[in-house]
Amino acid sequence: MTPALGMFLAFVAATLIITYFSARKTSGASSYFAAGRRITGWQNGWAVAGDYMSAASFLGISGMIAFYGYDGFMYSVGWLVAYLTVLLVVAEPLRNAGKYTMADVLAYRLSARPVRAMAALSTLTVSTFYMIAQMVGAGSLVKLLLPTVPFNIAIVGVGVLMIIYVVFGGMLATTWVQIIKAVLLMSGSIFLSVLVMKHFHYSFTEFFEAISHVTYKDKSGVEVTKDFLAPGLKYGAAVTKGYGPLDLISLGLALVFGTAGLPHVLVRFYTVPDAKTARASVVWAMVIIGLFYIMTTFLGFGAATILTPSAIPNDNMSAPLLAKALGGEIFFAFICAVAFATILAVVAGLTISASTSFAHDFYTNVLHHGKEHRPGQEVKVARITAFVVGAVAIVLAIQLASVNVAFLVALAFAVAASANLPVIVLSLFWKRFNTSGAVIGLGVGLISSIGLIIISPSIMGIDAATVDIAKRHLIQHDAIFPLTNPGIISIPLGFLGAFLGTLLTREPSAEALFTELTVRANTGLGAEKASEH
Amino acid sequence: MSSPNANDVTPIVSAAASVSPGGNQSAANLPDGPINAAHWDAIAASAEFKALLRAKVRFIVPATIFFVVYYFALPYLVGYQPQLMEKKVWGSINIAYLFALSQFFMAWGIALLYVFVAAGWDRTAAELIRRFAGR
Repeated sequence: MTPALGMFLAFVAATLIITYFSARKTSGASSYFAAGRRITGWQNGWAVAGDYMSAASFLGISGMIAFYGYDGFMYSVGWLVAYLTVLLVVAEPLRNAGKYTMADVLAYRLSARPVRAMAALSTLTVSTFYMIAQMVGAGSLVKLLLPTVPFNIAIVGVGVLMIIYVVFGGMLATTWVQIIKAVLLMSGSIFLSVLVMKHFHYSFTEFFEAISHVTYKDKSGVEVTKDFLAPGLKYGAAVTKGYGPLDLISLGLALVFGTAGLPHVLVRFYTVPDAKTARASVVWAMVIIGLFYIMTTFLGFGAATILTPSAIPNDNMSAPLLAKALGGEIFFAFICAVAFATILAVVAGLTISASTSFAHDFYTNVLHHGKEHRPGQEVKVARITAFVVGAVAIVLAIQLASVNVAFLVALAFAVAASANLPVIVLSLFWKRFNTSGAVIGLGVGLISSIGLIIISPSIMGIDAATVDIAKRHLIQHDAIFPLTNPGIISIPLGFLGAFLGTLLTREPSAEALFTELTVRANTGLGAEKASEH
Repeated sequence: MSSPNANDVTPIVSAAASVSPGGNQSAANLPDGPINAAHWDAIAASAEFKALLRAKVRFIVPATIFFVVYYFALPYLVGYQPQLMEKKVWGSINIAYLFALSQFFMAWGIALLYVFVAAGWDRTAAELIRRFAGR
């Protein structure tokens, strides 16, 4: 047994023990969906961080910085600043007005069935896209890190574990898996950062001097020296036919407005006792997430300078390889185990938000008009959904294993920003807003972001015959839309759809409830309480 | 209308609907009945609530505009003014990196400020709930 496998099994064992104890404590809907709303501020802060810092950030951003320098670091910035939208606009009203899902806030004063059906569709779309990207990533990681474990086995393993956490342990187990993962990720990153600085004799002058003169062989084998601290290696106008800067702004829009619309992040605020604790947990999360993304300076630029880009075979491998070069086999094993833990925690968070939305929004409220026929039915449906979502994700991830799925994460953020955020904001702050506005806004945001991605360079493009099949574009045709991030068009469209849709009809009942929603969102009167024990 | 008692609608809550199963008696020993339209309207009409909303808008709107402008200045300058951003200001460190790093402190700064300001709003909200809904 390799050290990496051993450490990963230790993590799995620990999380299964947590799941066992969580399952014994879990009874009833509020305890299954929202951990009884008894998670404390710092715990939820760590869990939000664990839910959010996916493999895309840990491995992906480190790799982006290792290959493209400064432009990769731009991602790190957007990923943190996004939490200001969560903190200032969404977290507290959501906690005060809702129960288990994002749609609770919309359904508060709008017609429940159409709004919940659309919101559940949007939630399932975001969660599924994001999850497939994570699972395919997990499979590729296993292939690279543990060559002895076959791809399909790795995917099935990840899928089964996530089903066990969510089906048996519910939100409580998911929360603790996320907390443990976040602690592991932070410890690994801090240790790796210290090793990088040790390499440069703890001198920032020496470190940044090395970053500004990275010498490596480029793709054609020519030795080049570049300043990795200078912007433009990936998104510069020169390397992107002039569209790079606009693409970077579009990405920023999707991050800053999308995070506050990500269902798996939003449901976390229902696990705390009140809005004040929700606020505290966002601040905790911002400290943890901010420190982590500042450390990508060391993880990414460390790999660029110590390993050099020509010695890294794959953009996802820079952090683990850096760990190997600086800390030896055992530390490499630890970082690999952290990467798996990262993926597991994120997919568990996605699964529980998707299954909660299906059970609470679609099954109970759309199909059964908000009434539970038998007690416990909603939780039962959620458990079955979690199982189905897990199974579907396993099958899709195996099917899509050879497809480049990196664009799915961008898509998830774009849908969250273009469909979810406009309707959440308008339902909270615009009295006139109504059901047709919400349904049309969600629909326009969803369709425009998916449509623009399909005609973007992420999917369309003509590849040379020498390009590996797995890396080819899905549609062999020149891209119609020049940006890889649709946010700059789809977010205004989402808002516009919601606005114009509202003007189509008048809904006095929605306007009448605005006072109640405003008082509730701003004072917490009538908000869901924590369970007694 | 400005006197607290004129707006106090707690007696409207009927005694029959008082104690919910397993519910705690609130500290003020008032009945824990269902919240009704009168509660919401009374709070919404109160001067304190209107002031609370105004205070929130006064903080949240400028803070949001500030962070959005500050954040998007970064990709804009990096994309369209690369020569300026590449200027080294401290050893090998250039403006681009320092500006990116400053975003983290900007975000933490606003978050910290918000927590302090919002603590005052919590007191107002708790007071409103106690006065108008007796819980």
